[in-house]
Amino acid sequence: MNAPATTPALRAKDYKSDIKPIWCPGCGHFAVLAAATKALAHLGLPKEQVALISGIGCSSRLPAYIDSYGFHGVHGRALAVAAGLKTARPDLTVLIAGGDGDGFSIGGNHFLHACRRNMDMTYIVMDNEVYGMTKGQASPTTAPEWTHSKMTPHGTGMRRFQPAAMALAAGATWIARGFSGDPSELTRLLVEAIQHPGFSLLHVLSPCQTFRPEQKQWKEQVHPFADSNTGDPVAAAQRIHADDGMALGLIYANHLPVWQPRNQATSSIAALEEEFRV
Amino acid sequence: MPDASIAAHSGSFSVAVTGSGGSGAVTTGLILLEAAAHAGYFGMLSRSAGPQIRGGESAAMLRLGPAPLACMDDRFDLLVGLDWLNIARFIDEIPLDRDSLVLADPAAGTVPAVLTQSGARVREVPFKELAGSVADGRANMVALGALAAAGGFPQDALLAGLNAVLAGKGDRVRQASSQCLTLGYEQGIETLPRAAGAARHPVARWNISGNEACGLGALRGGIRFVAAYPITPASEILEWLAPRLEQVGGSLLQAEDELASINMIIGASFGGVPALTATSGPGLSLMTEGLGLAVASETPLTVIDVMRGGPSTGIPTKSEQVDLNIALYGLHGDAPHLVLAPLTISDCVFTTQWAVQLAEHLQTVAVVLSDQLLGQSRTISPPPPNLELPLVRRTLDTPDETYRRYAPSADGVSPMTVPGTPHGMYTADGLEHNQRGTPSSRASDHLEHLDKRLHKITAHDFGAHWAEMSGDGEIALLTWGSSSGAVREAAARLEAAGASVRVVALRLLMPLQSDALRDALAGCSRVWVIEQNHGRQLFHYLKSFDALPSDAHSLARPGPLPLRPGDIVAALTEEA
Repeated sequence: MNAPATTPALRAKDYKSDIKPIWCPGCGHFAVLAAATKALAHLGLPKEQVALISGIGCSSRLPAYIDSYGFHGVHGRALAVAAGLKTARPDLTVLIAGGDGDGFSIGGNHFLHACRRNMDMTYIVMDNEVYGMTKGQASPTTAPEWTHSKMTPHGTGMRRFQPAAMALAAGATWIARGFSGDPSELTRLLVEAIQHPGFSLLHVLSPCQTFRPEQKQWKEQVHPFADSNTGDPVAAAQRIHADDGMALGLIYANHLPVWQPRNQATSSIAALEEEFRV
Repeated sequence: MPDASIAAHSGSFSVAVTGSGGSGAVTTGLILLEAAAHAGYFGMLSRSAGPQIRGGESAAMLRLGPAPLACMDDRFDLLVGLDWLNIARFIDEIPLDRDSLVLADPAAGTVPAVLTQSGARVREVPFKELAGSVADGRANMVALGALAAAGGFPQDALLAGLNAVLAGKGDRVRQASSQCLTLGYEQGIETLPRAAGAARHPVARWNISGNEACGLGALRGGIRFVAAYPITPASEILEWLAPRLEQVGGSLLQAEDELASINMIIGASFGGVPALTATSGPGLSLMTEGLGLAVASETPLTVIDVMRGGPSTGIPTKSEQVDLNIALYGLHGDAPHLVLAPLTISDCVFTTQWAVQLAEHLQTVAVVLSDQLLGQSRTISPPPPNLELPLVRRTLDTPDETYRRYAPSADGVSPMTVPGTPHGMYTADGLEHNQRGTPSSRASDHLEHLDKRLHKITAHDFGAHWAEMSGDGEIALLTWGSSSGAVREAAARLEAAGASVRVVALRLLMPLQSDALRDALAGCSRVWVIEQNHGRQLFHYLKSFDALPSDAHSLARPGPLPLRPGDIVAALTEEA
């Protein structure tokens, strides 16, 4: 964790950039943006020590809206960009933001390997069960019977991707579910996620007002997990599978070795070249 | 045109060691190369392998001589067969003739007709039986002794080579190997007339492979982060770099796939650490989306493509210069970048270093097109020059609040801030953007940044390194990358036979130095474009820039057989 900010302390609004979000009115992502700035202010992180990495999609626009270093890359590869950055620059606080399509479909393989590498970074997935930016196609987390996309007129007919279960199986060491309709709890979870040493997944239910208006009902459907985290992966798996997908809170947290090279020189290139001399 | 077909390079000696995978053919070759180096020779070793790890075919092919050598010869003086199980698969790669000698173990059965048809003489030596008389003895070491005698290599140099190559194997193995070597040496095999003989050169020499040379060039250029996915024939670059990057304060991350590796190096480079990946054709295909992102966001990075036969999995263990098109044109959008190709094994050091530093300086993508022939071959040659290049990334350590990441500048390069720098915050973006980096789809922003990204590359003065040139004759042999070695030797043979030749070997392919190239070809009566692929990729590229006379000729041969100087001489002589 980085040193506390210098005085005067930064407030949440100081972390906001002057760029106006492209999101639709009422989009759940506004609350995630607010939670992110509040969490950074709470932690007192210097703006220049934070790097926010994203791919493509509505939620992936987040970096431009936060006054830190950012990288808005290509679809699905944010976790790879973040892994390279964190390996080379372990001093930075690395956050990754994205959506369900970016993270679990086109970026699915990187998601698994980011979990098992357990580098110290925080992945915020804003899940609205739809591809918003391409105008309303089914994503891996869309229910199989959802027929509102012209591309899948009979529904996907496939079981939904289970982010928390996949993350647990792949080796993530901190997993929680938040809801953009509960911003203060979301902020609290995000602070904890950033503080966790290792790969943390914050799965955020973040409704899409435009293509999934029925998600307005989520605020009536969410509920806290019945029991609390034990750090036991077996108990966590049971908690995930017993749940209806709408339970909120910390699912699993464990301290396991973090992958991070030391990047400290012990020799010189001139010395290495000696091996070639006849 | 004068007949140069018989003016073969004199004074060099070529030997091939063949056997099934795991028979020790390549180890035998590596020891001979090291021994030749100890004895004062220059030379090179290329290898041929099948796709199988064990039980397939394998061969080490060496050419040794008193002066530096840049390609394999047309024929072999000596073939040592450890067994004949898979010889038919690669006999095309080892041309023999009446002057050649085959050393064969009678226990391996009759020497196949494909070999004896050449008229080569056969001398039997019971490798296996002799090895059986030594505890832990190995047949390939007996064979090594026999070939050293036939090649006229001093025995003490052989022992020095053996001890160097088997340094990690323990005393017992080295002792058994040197006993076997001595047994083979003492079989009374006559020394061949073209044998190398004793040659002591006190000059400094290196024994290095092209893949190691690319790794070293990367370090010299400042690379401190590598992310990559294993692929033949590029993996040795990564295996060489992994422990050495650690020693110089960097790191290597083995990625889950090439989509990850390219994006990981983008991340590290964004973080201010020069970054590189190495791959081969199929991997480069997977990376091209990321290359577009690096171009658009002006994030410096270098990709080494060790080319192999394609398309698809193609012939993954053999060389072919086939990825020029994808390196030039594979990116989506208008994405100006750099494409370079090393000209020799040892030039892999300089070309990679130059590529890395150009990418850093110009904040763009550099693709280095090595190939299996350069990458997996070793050379004994003078140490590659260590050039200090004044090309570094322009960074800004104390920006103020008005900092614009993509601000215009005279040469199109805008100073970068590195994360951690106060007041330098920006979001790098693959979306088209304005000078601040804010996404923009305005026509004026798009045009401004298209121009900027092109201008910074085309306005750069690349100096004299863009090509290596020799001769001023009226017949121009124009080539690129690994074909340069065979072309240079063909030119020497043609000159020796009285022709008037010049060679232009392109190291920088994009941006094409059209004006310099036209100057280099001025006054030529005939231009030949020579390359190792089927689609005449360089020829068509140069045509598209109107950089060739209208009657220029194309000599394009696909792999997997190496382009030999004799092939080039024959093609040119036939045409004349």
